[in-house]
Amino acid sequence: MTAQASTPHQPLRSRSHTFWLQARSNRSFMTGIAITASVVAMALISFAWTPYDVLELDIASKLQSPSLSHWFGTDHFGRDILSMIMVGARNSIAVALVAVVIGIGVGVPLGCWAASRGGLMGEALMRGNDLIFAFPALLSAVIITAIFGPGAINAIIAIGIFNIPVFARLARGATLSLLTREFVLAARVAGKGSVRIIAEHILPNMANLLVVQGTIAFALGILQEAGLAYVGLGTQPPFPSWGKMLNEAQTMMSFAPHMAIVPGLAIVVTVLGLNLLGDGLRDILDPRLSKARE
Amino acid sequence: MLRVDHLSLTIGDKPILNDVSFAVAPGEILGIVGESGSGKSMTALSIMQLLPEGSRTAGSLTFGDHAILDADDTLMQDLRGDDMAMIFQEPMTALNPIHTIGAQVSEGMRLHQGLGRDAAEAQAVSLLDRVGLPPAHYPLTRFPHEMSGGQRQRVMIAMACAQEPDLLIADEPTTALDVTLQKQILDLLRSLVDEQGMGLILISHDLAVVADVTDSVLVMRNGQVVDEGATIPTLKALRHPYTAALAEASSHAPDRSALIKKQAKRPTEREPLLKCENLTRDYGGSAGLFGGARSFVRAVDHVDLQIDHGESVGLVGESGCGKSTLARMVLALDKPTGGTVRFQGADLFASNGEALKALRRNIQVVFQDPYASFNPRHRVGRIVAEPLYLEPGLSAADKQKRVADALQDVGLDSDASDRYPHEFSGGQRQRIAIARALVTRPALLVADEPVSALDVSIRAQIMDLLVKLQISHSIAMLFISHDLGVVRAMCDRVLVMDGGQIVERGAVDAVFDTPKSEAAKRLVAATPNLKLSLNRTASKSSGQAA
Repeated sequence: MTAQASTPHQPLRSRSHTFWLQARSNRSFMTGIAITASVVAMALISFAWTPYDVLELDIASKLQSPSLSHWFGTDHFGRDILSMIMVGARNSIAVALVAVVIGIGVGVPLGCWAASRGGLMGEALMRGNDLIFAFPALLSAVIITAIFGPGAINAIIAIGIFNIPVFARLARGATLSLLTREFVLAARVAGKGSVRIIAEHILPNMANLLVVQGTIAFALGILQEAGLAYVGLGTQPPFPSWGKMLNEAQTMMSFAPHMAIVPGLAIVVTVLGLNLLGDGLRDILDPRLSKARE
Repeated sequence: MLRVDHLSLTIGDKPILNDVSFAVAPGEILGIVGESGSGKSMTALSIMQLLPEGSRTAGSLTFGDHAILDADDTLMQDLRGDDMAMIFQEPMTALNPIHTIGAQVSEGMRLHQGLGRDAAEAQAVSLLDRVGLPPAHYPLTRFPHEMSGGQRQRVMIAMACAQEPDLLIADEPTTALDVTLQKQILDLLRSLVDEQGMGLILISHDLAVVADVTDSVLVMRNGQVVDEGATIPTLKALRHPYTAALAEASSHAPDRSALIKKQAKRPTEREPLLKCENLTRDYGGSAGLFGGARSFVRAVDHVDLQIDHGESVGLVGESGCGKSTLARMVLALDKPTGGTVRFQGADLFASNGEALKALRRNIQVVFQDPYASFNPRHRVGRIVAEPLYLEPGLSAADKQKRVADALQDVGLDSDASDRYPHEFSGGQRQRIAIARALVTRPALLVADEPVSALDVSIRAQIMDLLVKLQISHSIAMLFISHDLGVVRAMCDRVLVMDGGQIVERGAVDAVFDTPKSEAAKRLVAATPNLKLSLNRTASKSSGQAA
């Protein structure tokens, strides 16, 4: 036997170059990024331009079906639904995204810390986590908004706090199982401390879990924002959000179905795009999976 | 009873088996030997018709009056439960963790023999008793996690034998077990065959096991049968070069004469390289939330251990005897409850900061499982460079040079740096693990079962490599293994551990040829030895002939 790798030698490429090479051949990643990019682009464009002013009421043309002048129709105040979707994207995406960032940013370090430290402190931390987990997001949002007043920012904080224990548990479980692996022992033999081991060995190996959970939490965040808007605790009128549009449409479903279908589709397509993006990223970032696919 | 004629198998476009033919008679034990990827497990799965998706078979497989390859699912289900059974390598995953052993053993009898609950349980008790799990100590209400690996493997055998099958297939049934348990399981299988007259196919990579237990043997390589015949004549004659190569590799001993010569010339130093005194490690049992007696387990019990510069010391013992805990303390991964570890004259657990880093540089480790010991997301270059963290101030170019040197030392090209570990075979990965251990140029290498997971031919190469590196780099080694043959080939001295204590120590030949302690005697008696088995069985059969 010659001591050489069985695969033919490939020229060394830069990391970002290999990433894009793999990304291009990954169909779900490309579809996901296309959808997500268009939603984000739509939200960005809305800062500069919308077909109509979303705050302008035009009772004369209320509840119109989709037409050439109003592509997605109008609502019961005569506002243009396409414009509302564009502006609503800003709120929905911002709330869900920041809430996921809060969840990962606070939850993952807590979970890793609890797992690597163990003992009474780790246990206490996880039980505190359970306490937060026991409150539904909506309930904690009600508490927070009751204290600080309603609004998009408080909705973000409420949903973000709800995300913390989700990510903390995930991170703790993954860390506990990874800590027993021999490559972690090897790193300890190399004199590395727990913070460095978590950064170099634990986090990269739980990245795929985090990406998947992150896209789920993002999708849930959009729905939770919608729920908060419904009870009047999220985005405040007159500013639109997808969830609020959906809820306003429910009494008019029978004679103006487009009012529910359009924001519903917007949520479905965005969530789908994110899930595809998450799946694709997970495959590309995992060297074993990317090899198996070739 | 079972006839396999010209069996070929492809999975997808990949040919797996090519023209395999053999037969098993009632009361016969057939051994199938070969290395990873030789197709021995796939042959077994073909017989059970448990092949993965996308498999295509050709040829013929007859079991009794049934043509297996044409059998439909219903017939196969009947056959699999009643007439043929299989036990697997890993008893940990083959039992259902949420059911008691009683439920699992009696399930088949209730299903296939239509027995009532009580009758089935009564039979389960007698079966478990037969496989050496008497009901007084092992009630049916036990769960798999309450039993050891060897006990679980017996439960598996009891389950497989519940229907008194005509054919039992055992796929590496003892590979996950230590030698004493291996001997018990093999003896059990042998007696079941003698009593019930079933046919047994024993799949193994270990020629010594096959020589010890089987009547006839099939040597497979790359999906083909390269050699076959009655076991003893076949393994004695070694007609086929591949069988000869396997036999050579499985009793391979690297040439250590240069190492011994070099060691003899070395001036004796005042202080040994490693000196452990009274080393003890207790693991606290659960104290319980509401108080209660605090019980603890003493994993390592007042161990004294000394390793000189450049010396190779073996550490043997059954699983759970404390050898891995001892190794963890030598590696400063685990703090002892009592006692001291002095390395290069300094107290390992009193050092910290730069001093500890300097000590750690000189103690490195190679683990057993070449698949688990690398971060799958790091490239080989980064993996091998990891211990260089202990040498701060090394420039990037220096690091790269050191990594390239280490890879070259273990016989890998330097372009291996840019690849991921999953792109390498098991033997190559173990070379990478050795390169990682060598990159800091350590004085002591702790090798924890470094060749146990490897095929025999790869094992021989890795043993040669370790000895070569010991010669060129003057490394002392603590070699942990349950395989006495490997320890004898690799070490000067050996320590036998049992119940956390070192019960015997001395030169390898002295300890293994004339063991004094019970633990050492047990190990020596249980270790399969190819040469001995061939002679013993030959004399037995010639005795029968006379």
